[in-house]
Amino acid sequence: MNTPIELDHRANAYSLPLDTLDVSDPRLFYDDVWPPYFERLRREDPVHFTPASPYGPYWSVTKYRDIVQVEVNHKAFSSSDDFGGIMINDAPKGMERTSFIRMDPPEHDEQRREVSSTVNPITLAKMEDLIRDRTNMVLDGLPRGQTFNWVERVSIELTSMMLATLFDYPIEHKARLIRWSDTFICDINAPDAPVRSEEARFAEQMRFAEHMNEIWEERANKPKSFDVISILAHGEATNRMTLRQRMGILILFLVGGNDTTRNSMSGGVLGLSRFPEQFRKLRENPDLIASAVSEIVRWQTPVIHMRRTAVADGEIGGKPIKAGEKVVIWYISGNRDEEVIERPDELIVDRKRPREHMSFGFGIHRCLGNRLAELQLRILWEEILRRDLEIEVVDRPVYAYSNFLHAIRSLPVRIAA
Amino acid sequence: MPEVTYIEFNGTAHRVDVPHGSSVMRGAVDNNVPGIDADCGGECACATCHVYVDPAWLDKTGLPEPGSQEASMLSFAAVAEPNSRLSCQIKMTDALAGLIVRMPEGQH
Repeated sequence: MNTPIELDHRANAYSLPLDTLDVSDPRLFYDDVWPPYFERLRREDPVHFTPASPYGPYWSVTKYRDIVQVEVNHKAFSSSDDFGGIMINDAPKGMERTSFIRMDPPEHDEQRREVSSTVNPITLAKMEDLIRDRTNMVLDGLPRGQTFNWVERVSIELTSMMLATLFDYPIEHKARLIRWSDTFICDINAPDAPVRSEEARFAEQMRFAEHMNEIWEERANKPKSFDVISILAHGEATNRMTLRQRMGILILFLVGGNDTTRNSMSGGVLGLSRFPEQFRKLRENPDLIASAVSEIVRWQTPVIHMRRTAVADGEIGGKPIKAGEKVVIWYISGNRDEEVIERPDELIVDRKRPREHMSFGFGIHRCLGNRLAELQLRILWEEILRRDLEIEVVDRPVYAYSNFLHAIRSLPVRIAA
Repeated sequence: MPEVTYIEFNGTAHRVDVPHGSSVMRGAVDNNVPGIDADCGGECACATCHVYVDPAWLDKTGLPEPGSQEASMLSFAAVAEPNSRLSCQIKMTDALAGLIVRMPEGQH
C-alpha cells in the first residue's frame, strides 16, 4: 500500500450503489485494495455495466468462465485498434502502436505465426543454460543481512537481460529497454509517470522505433538469425513493414517480455512471504516448483485486464451487449473466482490443476511468451531453493498506479547473512 | 472402456482406458500421462493438448473444420502437422477403441 488507508474497503465496496461501482480506478491497484470490489461484482453483478468512467461507459466481465467465452469469441469481440484496441483507455487516435495483439484475423494470424518460433518450447530449451548462468550471477551478487529492493536487484535485472537477448541488443545498454518499456506502458496520470501526455509518449515511441530500425536494417542485410528483430526483418509477413508497424511489433515484444515476468518474479517472493507454510512446503519438496510457478503467475496476475469491443449485438452471461460497446475482461478477478478456483486468495503451491489459470489469457491472443515466462521463473526458484535463501520481506510493497499492469515497483527484502 | 495409447515425444507409451464421452485430453490428464498440459481445461482456448493422430486413425477422428476455433488455435501451435488435433476436441466412442496419438516436442 502506498498511502495509509483509513477507509474500510470491504464495507465501502458493498455499500456503493452498483451503478457507481467503477473498478477501473487505478488507485484500487495502487493502494492494493481491489479484492472486495471485484468480489462484490462476481457475487452480485458478474457482467457489470459502468455508465460513466474516465474512459467512458464500459462493461466489466468478472467471472472466469464468462471471460473465457469472450476471449474465444474473437469474431464478436474485437481487439482491433480501429475500435480502440486492448486497453480500457482507447488507443490514442493517430498515435496507435498497432501489432498483432491489437488486430483481428486474418492479419493477426499471419504476424503471430511469423514470430511464434522465437519463444516456442523448442527454441527455449536452447536458452536454459544461459538463463541459469545469469540467474546464478544475479543471486550470488545479492547483499546479505541488509535491506534491498528485490524488484530492482532481481526482477528487473533478470528480465532486462532476457529482453536484450531476445532482441540481440547490447546487454550493457539494457537499462534503455526498461526505461522505454516503462514509458510506453505507464499510466500518464501516475505519480511516477515518465511521460505526462500521449504526445510525449508517442514522441518517445518514435525515437525508439528509429533507433531499433537501424538494427532492423542491419539484420535485414545479414543472414537470418534467431533473435526477434532478425526474424521480423526476414519474415515474409513482416519484412516489408512500415516504420510505424515495426514500432508496434517491437513495443509488443518489449512490454510483453518485461513488465509481466518481472512482476511474477516479485510477486512470488511477496506471495510466499504471506504464506510461509507454503514456502516451507516448497523448500521441502522442490518437485513442486513447476506447480508453484503456475500458482505464482495466477496469484500475481501480472496483466489486470484486456479490453475488447463488441462488433455486433450479442450477450455475455445473459446481459445484452450492443455493437460498439467496450467490454473489459478482468483477469485479476477471473483468477479469484471461487467457482473455478478453490480458496482463490491463497497461494497454494500444490494446488490441483495449477495450470488452469487465466493470467496468460485464452484464445488466439493467448500470451505468446508464456513458456519463456515459466522457464525464467522455474530457474529462478530452482536456484533460490538450491541456495536455501531465506528471503524476508521487510516492508510493504509499492504497486504501480495502473489498471492494466499489476506491477510491483518496490519490494524491500533482506536475506539472512 | 475404450483404450487409447499415448506416445510421449521420447517414445514412452502409455495405455489408458478412457470413458465414453470423455475427451482424449481428459484421459491423459486424469491418468498423469506427461506431455499434455491442457491449460484451458478443455475449452479449445489454448493449444496445449496438441497431439498427432496416428495416420491409421485419421478417418475416425477426423480433422478440425477449416475456419473452426480448433483449426485456428492449432495454427499457432509450435509444431503442427497435417495430422494435428487438440485432444480436448476428440471425444471417446467405441469406434475409437485402440486409438494411438503421439505428443509433440513441446506444447505452446
